Amino acid sequence: MATETKIPFDETYIRTFSSGRGEPDWLTERRLEALRLSERLPLPKPEKTKIDKWNFTGFSRHVVDSAPYDGLDDLPEAVKALIEAGEGTKNLYVQRNHTPAYVSLSDELKEKGVIFTDIFTAAREHGDLLKHYLMTAVKPDEHHLAALHAALFNGGVFVYVPKNVEIETPLQAVYIQDEDDIALFNHVIIVAEDNSRVVFVENYLSAHEQGKAAVNIVAEVFANANARVFFAAVDHLAKGTTTYVNRRGIAGRDGRIEWALGLMNDGNTVSENITRLVGDGSFGDTKTVAVSRGEQVQNFTTSVVHYGKHTEGTILKHGVVRDSATSIFNGIGKIEHGASKSNAEQESRVLMLSEKARGDANPILLIDEDDVMAGHAASVGRVDPIQLYYLMSRGIPRRDAERLIIHGFLAPVVEAIPLEGVKNQLIEVIERKVQS
Amino acid sequence: MAVLTIRNLHVAVEGKEILKGVNLEVKGGEIHAIMGPNGTGKSTLASAIMGHPKYEVTEGSVTLDGQDVLEMEVDERARAGLFLAMQYPSEISGVTNADFLRAAINARLGEGNEISLMKFIRKLDEKMAFLEMNPDMAHRYLNEGFSGGEKKRNEILQLMMLEPKIAILDEIDSGLDIDALKIVAKGVNEMRSSEFGCLIITHYQRLLNYITPDYVHVMMQGRIVKSGGPELAQRLEAEGYDWIKKELGIEDETVGQEA
Repeated sequence: MATETKIPFDETYIRTFSSGRGEPDWLTERRLEALRLSERLPLPKPEKTKIDKWNFTGFSRHVVDSAPYDGLDDLPEAVKALIEAGEGTKNLYVQRNHTPAYVSLSDELKEKGVIFTDIFTAAREHGDLLKHYLMTAVKPDEHHLAALHAALFNGGVFVYVPKNVEIETPLQAVYIQDEDDIALFNHVIIVAEDNSRVVFVENYLSAHEQGKAAVNIVAEVFANANARVFFAAVDHLAKGTTTYVNRRGIAGRDGRIEWALGLMNDGNTVSENITRLVGDGSFGDTKTVAVSRGEQVQNFTTSVVHYGKHTEGTILKHGVVRDSATSIFNGIGKIEHGASKSNAEQESRVLMLSEKARGDANPILLIDEDDVMAGHAASVGRVDPIQLYYLMSRGIPRRDAERLIIHGFLAPVVEAIPLEGVKNQLIEVIERKVQS
Repeated sequence: MAVLTIRNLHVAVEGKEILKGVNLEVKGGEIHAIMGPNGTGKSTLASAIMGHPKYEVTEGSVTLDGQDVLEMEVDERARAGLFLAMQYPSEISGVTNADFLRAAINARLGEGNEISLMKFIRKLDEKMAFLEMNPDMAHRYLNEGFSGGEKKRNEILQLMMLEPKIAILDEIDSGLDIDALKIVAKGVNEMRSSEFGCLIITHYQRLLNYITPDYVHVMMQGRIVKSGGPELAQRLEAEGYDWIKKELGIEDETVGQEA
């Protein structure tokens, strides 16, 4: 039942599940504590979208055992298309439903102390590290879905980059769902120690056109002193999938976190992306593009919170809404008291492609410090007729001209994706979503 | 040989009549200049021929080689062979100049006849070099962050890449320094052939020092009030417009005033 918040998974189930994965006791206990929290905490309240009837918990199967892939040749075509042959396969994680199905890390990075492994192996082999970071950027007591996630996470990856290690080539993760009725509670942790640098690219995709899965994703990114993390993601989960995704980053002194998020789910989605600029001189940049179609309801909240002095945060959100879909874009720049000389900038733009589409851009600035800079721009509208006229005056038919303008509108994220395969997949997904 | 024929053209913007019966014929191989002070309807003529959504043709006809241009969508007009170098070109974020030009060329060639990437790049490199444009302009977003002069040069690049039958240049010279003006003129002169007709709209005679027109027309009050050869432009440069106004008994040359 969609409205039932009590899940059919109890303490006994969690104990069995946790010990079955060889998890340390502290983790089992944390899961149980989170389960108890989940029973009393309410759902999150995304601005301007009512989600209390959404199917976050109506799944029957919490975990399935899928066969791992025998090798790169055995990967599904949809996954192969995302991966660059040669270098691109050296540092790769492919997860099939809940199973780590292909895991590879180059010897070079292993020797440098880099960890790139599934979350269960991390719990067994790097328990102390995981314990230090797990559910600290997103806390289990925030709301029902965070607690549920902490209790039931059943997949994900752990990335650890030691001090002074700079990784040139992107680490890539692909999570594919080929069972249409499961629950995916995916947990991603990226830790970049002082002066390190890492680029992480992830894809969520469904092998089916339509599903009834519930997906609850938490990604926690830690850029410690002077570290740089670039995090790119393309979410493209099937129609019928209900998704809650929370990507959060914490930047230390002079740390930098950059996000490039292509949010292309075809089901109802609540996406939250918060960057906390804790250290002085830290930097956060969020670029989000989204397309909503059909009857989809989506809510995208992006926030950069400034705590440190001289911090700089920018938010760019471009959304396209068509058919009878609804998209709410909330952008929040928050400057805390003491974060002097900081700068919070944001731009939210929504392009409406049909009469019945509903779109809303809500730029919010919350400033508790005098000596700062801040700015925002927001717009909701249709394709500019003068731009169309200009392109058409060169012989380009209306439909193609519109297509060019829309692709251009979504280019800020497309252009930022560092892997050709993933970039091309995003272009294709956009093409399908805006055309069909 | 292409012929653009404009007969008794009346055009209104937001209900206000701007053009009040323009007659003009531009043939392949000819260069026409329309001159006149600001506010006399010159740019309205250019926009109406191309099909700008704000301009409403209330009377008259425009044909290209006998085909009714006014019945065509904007993109059809372009594919039929018309081109308008705009006074204020749009900026399109996220679409590179090169991608845009290729889409425009391929729209003309039609499905199955697309230009090969190599051939396209060769042609683009060649034309950009001719117009002394920085090669990285090809990969910048269409007109975004371009200076006024770069935008005008980019319009001429499009003209040279698309090779229309009839081009209208709407104040291509405004805001250009003399060096940029010479380059723009060089581009237009390069296009000169019996297959190419051009209508240059300007209110400075300066451009016509570099592109010699075959015909010069003066527009006032939404009509062409005087036509002549290149010597007419020389006289306008030397004496201004007052003698024409006197000759025709016009007090105020702008639209909305009657002689």
